[in-house]
Amino acid sequence: MFPIGAFFIGVGTAAAIAAVLALVMAIADATIANYGEVKISINDGSKALTVDGGRPLLSTLTAEGIFIPSACGGRGSCGLCKLAVKSGAGEYAPTELPWITEADRKNNVRLSCQVKVKRDIQIVVPEELFSVKEYATTVASIRDLTYDIKEVTLKLKDSQALDFRAGRYVQFVVPAYELTPDPVYRAYSISSSPSQKDSLELEIRLVPNGICTTYVFQHLSVGDTVHINGPYGEFYLRDSDREIIFVAGGSGMAPIKSILLDMLERGIRRKATYFFGARGTRDLFLVEEMRELENKLPGFKFVPALSNPEPGDNWQGEKGLITAVLGRHYERLDHHEAYLCGSPGMIDASIKVLKTKGLPDELIFYDKYS
Amino acid sequence: MNWSSLGPAAVFFGAIFTNNILLTNYLGMCSFLAISREVKSSVGLGAAVVFVMGMTNALNWPIQYYILVPLGLEYLGFIVYIIVIAGSVQLVEMIVERVSESLYQNLGIFLPLITVNCAVFGAVLFMFIRKYTFLASLAYGLGGGLGWAVAIVAMAGLRAKMARARVPRGLEGAGIALIIAGIMSLAFMGFSGMIPAA
Repeated sequence: MFPIGAFFIGVGTAAAIAAVLALVMAIADATIANYGEVKISINDGSKALTVDGGRPLLSTLTAEGIFIPSACGGRGSCGLCKLAVKSGAGEYAPTELPWITEADRKNNVRLSCQVKVKRDIQIVVPEELFSVKEYATTVASIRDLTYDIKEVTLKLKDSQALDFRAGRYVQFVVPAYELTPDPVYRAYSISSSPSQKDSLELEIRLVPNGICTTYVFQHLSVGDTVHINGPYGEFYLRDSDREIIFVAGGSGMAPIKSILLDMLERGIRRKATYFFGARGTRDLFLVEEMRELENKLPGFKFVPALSNPEPGDNWQGEKGLITAVLGRHYERLDHHEAYLCGSPGMIDASIKVLKTKGLPDELIFYDKYS
Repeated sequence: MNWSSLGPAAVFFGAIFTNNILLTNYLGMCSFLAISREVKSSVGLGAAVVFVMGMTNALNWPIQYYILVPLGLEYLGFIVYIIVIAGSVQLVEMIVERVSESLYQNLGIFLPLITVNCAVFGAVLFMFIRKYTFLASLAYGLGGGLGWAVAIVAMAGLRAKMARARVPRGLEGAGIALIIAGIMSLAFMGFSGMIPAA
């Protein structure tokens, strides 16, 4: 017979040992790792917070309703959550150094997700970040744009309105679930028009085993509640009369679509060409919407290009990498400005091509997805 | 070899020189290669390993002989040892963070690495296989940790010296470090016989 008694002794012993250790850890957590209350002074005392110490600065500020943009959600892998810390941060951690430039060092700029709040500290937060808010939303619809990109429409709850400039992004809060023990934040550009204030659309591309994309693709359904915060970002259409070059790939479509809709609604009729790079026709989406915009916006041209068209695709349009198509299209860029959105590889390669055609750095604006 | 008859002192020095867990058993290589770029951080990591090994050996020994063996639960050993190691490393991390900011900054994210450091687990297994007494086990943990620390600090020194050497491009970084570890291991073989019967 199966020795049930022995089985329980085994399980019980292992559990008891684990429980004793857990108790010791809990005591240590409450004593050794307890830094008590500390004060955070923001912008030379114009705002002061009293918080429980011991946690990273980024999540401490988030808990207090101050949202610092971060794309990776506090893992120290995106380098976006930089803040000037005047005092109380201690030395630079090895995990911060890859992101810190010489200029950052002079200004005491730190990665706020890697700085732990252990004592009173003084920080500088740009004023515009105080307008960033958290919004509760309901998923109104989810539709497939391609086999690996979904368009998620979020409706703001409690008749709130989101004021944003076309091209900006929000952070999507993924609650704790099987892939993450703590909530994480991921940045997504808004693809809907800024005039649509009670809801917003995001384009989310599946990243294999990505914490947020797996959540969206496998767990999210219509009617669910999603928290977002924002808007953030320096990617928006500059005021000028230069000819516009848009370059995007994959879900980089989102901010450009928002900018185009905004141009349509505000009557901006600048000459604009939109290069969209994809591998095959199965990676192309919203082509009809773009063609419709071509009709409504005189001077706007949509140029999709396929790098690896399959024989079955029957592709008549531009072929080759988006950089090659760009290079073929322009001789000199004397009266242009460029807006790029997509993977870091695509953006870096496009910047190179644009620069060889004479476009200076300060007229190239981009939003890197990493 | 009859390991169990050795006194604590012989075990201690043996673990440092003749049975160096890193250089004779090649355990704990990952952090050995990753953190040995700087003498300062390798001293810190070495000290953490000494502490963790001494502590986990001292904790696991009574658990083995007063709980698992009397109840006939030796088969649960691996799970229990690992729980004890993981818990105590967490504790060390909290203490280091509280006590020394600069040490914490230097080891930073690497401290939790000790949890998955096979040398720590290896030391626990060896002390049971070799049937050490409690004192010998404690000496083995501290000595083993110290041996590991000696090896990583020596390696960090060599790598600092090597910063000015011209290493063939294909061997830069981990490649040359592994070759050096091999040569160090040969050199440490010269210590065998220094401690009688160990």
